[in-house]
Formats: sequence, structure tokens, C-alpha cells
Amino acid sequence: MSLPVTHKIDSVALRNIVKRFPGVIASDHVNFDVKAGEIHALLGENGAGKTTLMRILYGLYQPDEGEILINGKPVAIRSPADSIQLGLGMIHQHFMLVPTLSVAANVALGLKSSRGLLLDLEVVSQRLRALSETYGLRVDPDAMVWQLAVGEQQRVEILKALYRGAALLILDEPTAVLTPQEVDELFVTLRRMAAEGHSLIFISHKLHEVLAISHRVTVLRNGRVVQTLNTAETSRKELARLMVGREVMLRVERPEVQFGAPRLVIKDLWVTGDKGLPAVRGTSLQIRSGEILGIAGVSGNGQRELAEAIAGLRKPTQGQILIDGMDVTGWRPEKLILNGLAYISEERFRDGVVKDLTVEENLMLEQHGHAPFARGIFLDFGRIASHTQEMIRDFEIKTPSRQTPLRNLSGGNIQKLILARELTRKPRVLIASQPTRGVDIGSTEYIHSRLVAQRAEQTATLLISEDLDEIRNLSDRIAVMYEGRIMGVLEREDASIEKLGLMMAGVSVESQESG
Amino acid sequence: MIADLFAANVIIGILTSGIRLATPYLYASIGETFGQLSGVLNLGVDGMMLMGAYAGFYVTFHTGNPWLGLLVAILVGALMGLAMAFISVTLKAEQGISGIGVYLFGLGMSDLLFQKTLGTVETVSGFAPLNIPLLSDIPVLGTVFFSHNILVYGAFLLVPVAWFILNKTTLGLKIKAVGQNPAAADALGVSVARVRYATVTLGGALAGLAGASLSIALLNVFQQNLTSGMGFIAVALVYFGGWTPTGVLLGSLLFSSVNALQLWVQILGIPIPSDFAVMMPYVLTILALIFAVRKVNQPASLSKVFERGEG
Ligand SMILES: Nc1ncnc2c1ncn2[C@@H]1O[C@H](COP(=O)(O)OP(=O)(O)OP(=O)(O)O)[C@@H](O)[C@H]1O
Ligand SMILES: [Mg+2]
Repeated sequence: MSLPVTHKIDSVALRNIVKRFPGVIASDHVNFDVKAGEIHALLGENGAGKTTLMRILYGLYQPDEGEILINGKPVAIRSPADSIQLGLGMIHQHFMLVPTLSVAANVALGLKSSRGLLLDLEVVSQRLRALSETYGLRVDPDAMVWQLAVGEQQRVEILKALYRGAALLILDEPTAVLTPQEVDELFVTLRRMAAEGHSLIFISHKLHEVLAISHRVTVLRNGRVVQTLNTAETSRKELARLMVGREVMLRVERPEVQFGAPRLVIKDLWVTGDKGLPAVRGTSLQIRSGEILGIAGVSGNGQRELAEAIAGLRKPTQGQILIDGMDVTGWRPEKLILNGLAYISEERFRDGVVKDLTVEENLMLEQHGHAPFARGIFLDFGRIASHTQEMIRDFEIKTPSRQTPLRNLSGGNIQKLILARELTRKPRVLIASQPTRGVDIGSTEYIHSRLVAQRAEQTATLLISEDLDEIRNLSDRIAVMYEGRIMGVLEREDASIEKLGLMMAGVSVESQESG
Repeated sequence: MIADLFAANVIIGILTSGIRLATPYLYASIGETFGQLSGVLNLGVDGMMLMGAYAGFYVTFHTGNPWLGLLVAILVGALMGLAMAFISVTLKAEQGISGIGVYLFGLGMSDLLFQKTLGTVETVSGFAPLNIPLLSDIPVLGTVFFSHNILVYGAFLLVPVAWFILNKTTLGLKIKAVGQNPAAADALGVSVARVRYATVTLGGALAGLAGASLSIALLNVFQQNLTSGMGFIAVALVYFGGWTPTGVLLGSLLFSSVNALQLWVQILGIPIPSDFAVMMPYVLTILALIFAVRKVNQPASLSKVFERGEG
């Protein structure tokens, strides 16, 4: 089956686009273009206006000023229906799938059926199989979407666009949720599409990805284009500087600290996962005060369930969790929080924040019943204002005001808000799951420095991340989790990429040494 | 005395009226199913039923033509559905509250019109029983299943039709997608507003039809608050039925059978205080909602306003 480009797009150009939101100019006279066969990367800090610009192109927002040209001719894009008609497709930062429907039904949604008013899911499935064959996008058309892993869901999103014959594909942070192997596979697909004449717009915070995949890069800062460069003529350092507006350290300073007694102790922990099977199988760990223990491993190997069990969101079926010697197994989250536990969840929208509350309300969420936010049963609004203002300043949270609904913040700023809330409580134990996923390099640098600074505060930190660089830069010791078990714990100095890689594939330390 | 309930003619009677009485519930709750699947919780069903019942009755009373009455009832219901869609989709009002508003409007308006135009309780000869040739001659089964008026057959026919629309057509797919993830549907060019207008208007039309089935087919009278809350039961039946037409059918039958049983208990003069007897179906509804609802099918965006660009 050959390429279904039903639309011919030679070039797409955005001219002088302006978009204002209450308190911010998200796009400030932006010029941007992409040609057939080109992969054009869009780079910028959290809140720089990347998603906004792409939503304008896709017809989800209307620009206040400016125009869009396709093949040199101005076009009106009033809704996604228009842009699909014109041959545009978008993979959204947060997936747009209907979990209760099958893959084929998700693809067929909104399309004309070959059988008139009746659904033609068999036909769709068949074409879908052919398409996934062509592009190496493995997915079962009859599977229900809720059963799919994130990587598979993303393939469905790409197939949805390809199926509609999209000639231009916008990918908004497609790699944020993928494992390194999946990123490699995605890149193969993207290169193939470009070679066949598709235009691609690629958004990512990871500079090495941008350098590896794109032909040109446009850097946005505060809604404005800083510069458009040829990828071949630039470097990681230059891009980082353009993005952040200053030199960025790509490595954190780690002062030596004296570790204390074990603060978080986990003994033979068993936790059941969503599918009803044990996800954590007899894990034992110890983290001393002042220490960061990193857990590496491909996600889905029990890391999330481990974190949720410690945070009191999931009851362990067996085993013990101790904080400073006190048995806290099965405690409610509220009680754990009062006893010095802080949790940065990887599911930031589900477990981390309330989208419909304001920035201020989210900042006081966990402690609204206590000083400094409350006096007796009353909220102390004066203290709340000064305290939250301080948190916003200290953690460089970019928001128009304290009263802005949280949903209007960009992803990275939401993450900084969670960090601000969790760290200002001076936690004894901190669980940080994927703390910088989808976060720009400036904020990543900042979050990393705050996590390292917690060591001096004697916090015991459990850091869970799929990003091996992050784990190796921050951790004092590194454990690898595989199929619910700890494959071994390495001292920072011994943790070579090779050793970690083998452990992530299920080879334990002992067998590496004996073999 | 209780033993009287087990006499053959009584059992046949209960089954027959169980099937008859399921009619208004079926129309109303299948209509509501469409709306809820697309994400709109319409609590105004009962008001729409009352308006449909009144309009159908009034037209039939004056023209003697129940078909004309039926048509007007459907139109009136559709119009109220359109109003509900306008309030909840275009004006983005809170659905629960606006539904109650629509109910109160229908309750008051139908009574006002009744007082002004009829004044007293009259009767009409609505739809007559339609014995299906051959089938209605089968002993027992014939009486129970095949000697009802046409609206009863229509209600049961609606179940497979609704199932087919929801599962086999592109419209059905749009309805379910819009209810589960409106942003996703919107991003694929599906108009969330248009789908919701369609389902809520259809729901209104079916509610009007449900009302008419009472006033010109089953009871052949109209009076103040004729439905006495049936529309709310219909909403509950949608939950009970797990948002599927077959589930709704099951719920409607269960509910109407208990209702029929309750009527026969009164007719036979079995010494259970009549208040308790009347309460039975409602208690059953509450119990069923507590124990039988499978929330898994619940539309994720039920009663949430959709605005593009959020979320
Ligand atoms: N619907 C909205 N209403 C109000 N403000 C908004 C809305 N959407 C975005 N913004 C604001 O516009 C700015 C740009 O946001 P945008 O989501 O485009 O950033 P981004 O570059 O995609 O960031 P990230 O990397 O975190 O995804 C931010 O300041 C954000 O708070
Ligand atoms: Mg974004």
C-alpha cells in the first residue's frame, strides 16, 4: 500500500500570528514555516507558546492577528474540521482518544463511511493494518484503546492522522511519554514520512532529539521567535542558550553531604497493580537521610505501584514501610503528609493538582487546614496571599496571577507548582516520579538543583525516572526495577550505562558479576 | 388472600399490564439514553412527557384523530428538547439545574393549559388494541404479548432500533465519542454541539411520545401531573440499564412489572396498606440503583460543559 497523501502541500506558513490570553501574549507576531519533506522542530521553554501556536494552525484557537498560508495562498481555518480538510494532522500533547472505543472506531470517528450511514469498521481495520505495516506502526485495530500502553496509544494517534491523508503532521511533545527504544522507532517512522514528502513539525524539550531528527529549528521565547536555524549549523549549547536566554548548566553541582540513619525503609513489599496481578514483588530498600536513591527501569515494571504504595494511595498486600522507624504501612495519605511525606506523582493531572482550582488554591491544597494557611477552622487569606506569592517567586512559576485557573498554566509550570508545594513543607521523605517529564531544560535544571538541595536538608529522596541521565546525575545510589523486583543496587560510581542497561533488561547484578 | 395473586388469570393480568406499562418508560428512557451517552443529563424528561401528554390529548380530544395527537405530542417534545439543548449546549448552563427548570416549566404549563382549555378530566378513545393476526390467538401468550395497542409494539421495537443506531452507524459512534471524550471528537472535526443538539432533541421527541402513550393509548385521560414522576424514573432507568438499550429494556420491564403487581395487590384488596404498595416500585428503583449499576459504561463527560481548548 502506498502513501495516502491526498493533499498536496508544498509549504505552510504562519505570518505575524498574535494570540492573547488574559494576562499573557502567548504568540507575539510569530512567523513560522515548514516545507514538504522537512522536519521543522519547535523549541522553547514551558509556556513559550509552542502548543498555542500549533493549536492555532490546527484550528483549535483563532488568532487575534495574522494569517496562515498554504502553498502561498491564505486559508481560513476555523475548526479542526477545516484543517483536516486542508491536509493537516495533529498529535496532541495530551492524547485525544476515546478509551472506551476500539482502535478502529477511534480512527473511523468523524470520517465518511464507505457504507453511507452505516459503520464500516472492517474496512477501516483492513486499511489500518496496511498502513501500520507500511510505517512500522504496530497496533491491533480491534484492541480497545484503554488496554493500550502509552506508546501504542501514540501510534494510534499517528495512524489517525495518516488515515486522513494528512500531508502535514504536527507532533506536540510526542517523545515525552516514550521509552528510549520507542523514541528510536518513532524517529524511523518520522524520517520515512519526511522522505515521502510529508511536512512535519516536531516539538520536544530534549535537545539531542531535536538535533537528531530535524532539518531546521525555530526557538520561541515568551511567545516570540528568537531565531530559526539550520540544525546542521547549530549545537546543543547554542540552542539551550537561545531557549533560556542565558547559559545553561547541563549538569548539576552535587555537594557532598553526610548521610544519616535510614529514613525510609521498605521491607519485602508486595503491591497489586491495576490488572489485579502483583506489580511489586517483594521489594526491599533503604534510603538514608540526605540520600537520593534513583530507581531506573522501563516504566511499567512496578515503579508506579511502588510509589503509590509509599504515598498511601495503594494498599500493599504484604510487607512493611517504615519512616524514621515508625511503621506507616497502610496509612492514609493525609496522615502520611502530616508525618513528613511528600509525593510528586507522574500522573500530575490525576494525583498532583486540581485543574479547576486556581494556582493559589493548588499551592495550599495539602495544608489548607493548618498553619500558615488556616487559623482554627478559618482560612487566613492574608497569610495565604503572602505565602503563595513567595512560593511562586522562589520556584519561578510563570503565571499571570495567583488567581489564574491552573488549567491555563503550561505543563512545566504545573510541575514547578507541585514541586513548590511539596518542598516548602520540608519533607522527611520525598517520592519524585518522573519529576521533569515534559519540563523544559531551564526548569529541569532548576528542579534538579532543588532536589539536590534537599539532601542538605536531610530529606530521603526516592527518585523514579526513565531518563537515565537524570538518574545518574542526581542519585547517590541507583537501583533498577524489572518486573516488580529490584535487580540490584549500585553505588553512583559503579553505575555504568552498560551495567544499568543489562539490569533494565532483567539481568541481575549477581549474575553479571558471576558471568 | 395473597394466594389470589397466584391464580392464572391474575398472573396473566400482571404480565399483560407489566408489558403495557413498560411503554412510557421505554420511550422516555431510550430517548434519555441517547442524550446521556452524548454527555447531556436531561432531568427535564418528566416535564416534556407532561407537555407531550397534554398536547396529544388535546389534539385527539378535538380532532378525534390520535395519529394527529401523536404527531403534535412528538413535535412539542422535540421543541422542549431543543430548548434544553439550547440551554445546556449553547448557553452552557449547569445541566442538573436547567433540567429541573424544564421539568417545572412542563409541570406548570401543562396544568395551566389543562385548566384553561379543558377544565375537567375528559376521556378520549385513543389508540385501540391491535390484535396481531394468528399470534394473538395463541392461548395465554397471545393475550400477554400480542394484543396491545400500536404504541406498545412501537416501544419494544425501539429497543433494537436504538441498539442498531448506537452500535452500527457512524452517528452512534459520534454520540459515544462525544460523551466519552468531547475534545477528541472535536479534534477530529466532529461538531460536539451538533451531536448533542441532535440527541437531546431526539430525547425530547421520545419523551413527548412517552407522554402521549399515557394520555392517548394507555389511560386515555389527561389530568394535572399525569406522569407523577415517571420521567425521573426513566432517568434512573438509564443508569440502571448501564447506558445500553437492552439494559434499559430490562429495567423498564422489571419496574413496570412491580408496578403491575402493586396495582393487582390493590385491585384484589390484599391487606397491605396501599401507600406501601405504591412505594414498592420506587424502593425497588433505589435498591436497583445501589446494587445493579455498572458504572463502567458511564459517559465520562456526562453533565459536563464542553469548551474547546480546555483540558
Ligand atoms: N486556554 C488558555 N487560557 C489562558 N491562557 C492560556 C491558555 N492556553 C495557554 N495559555 C497560556 O499561554 C502561554 C503559552 O502556553 P503553551 O501551552 O502554548 O506553552 P508551551 O510552549 O506549549 O509549554 P509546555 O512546554 O509547557 O507545553 C502560557 O503562559 C499559558 O499559561
Ligand atoms: Mg505545550
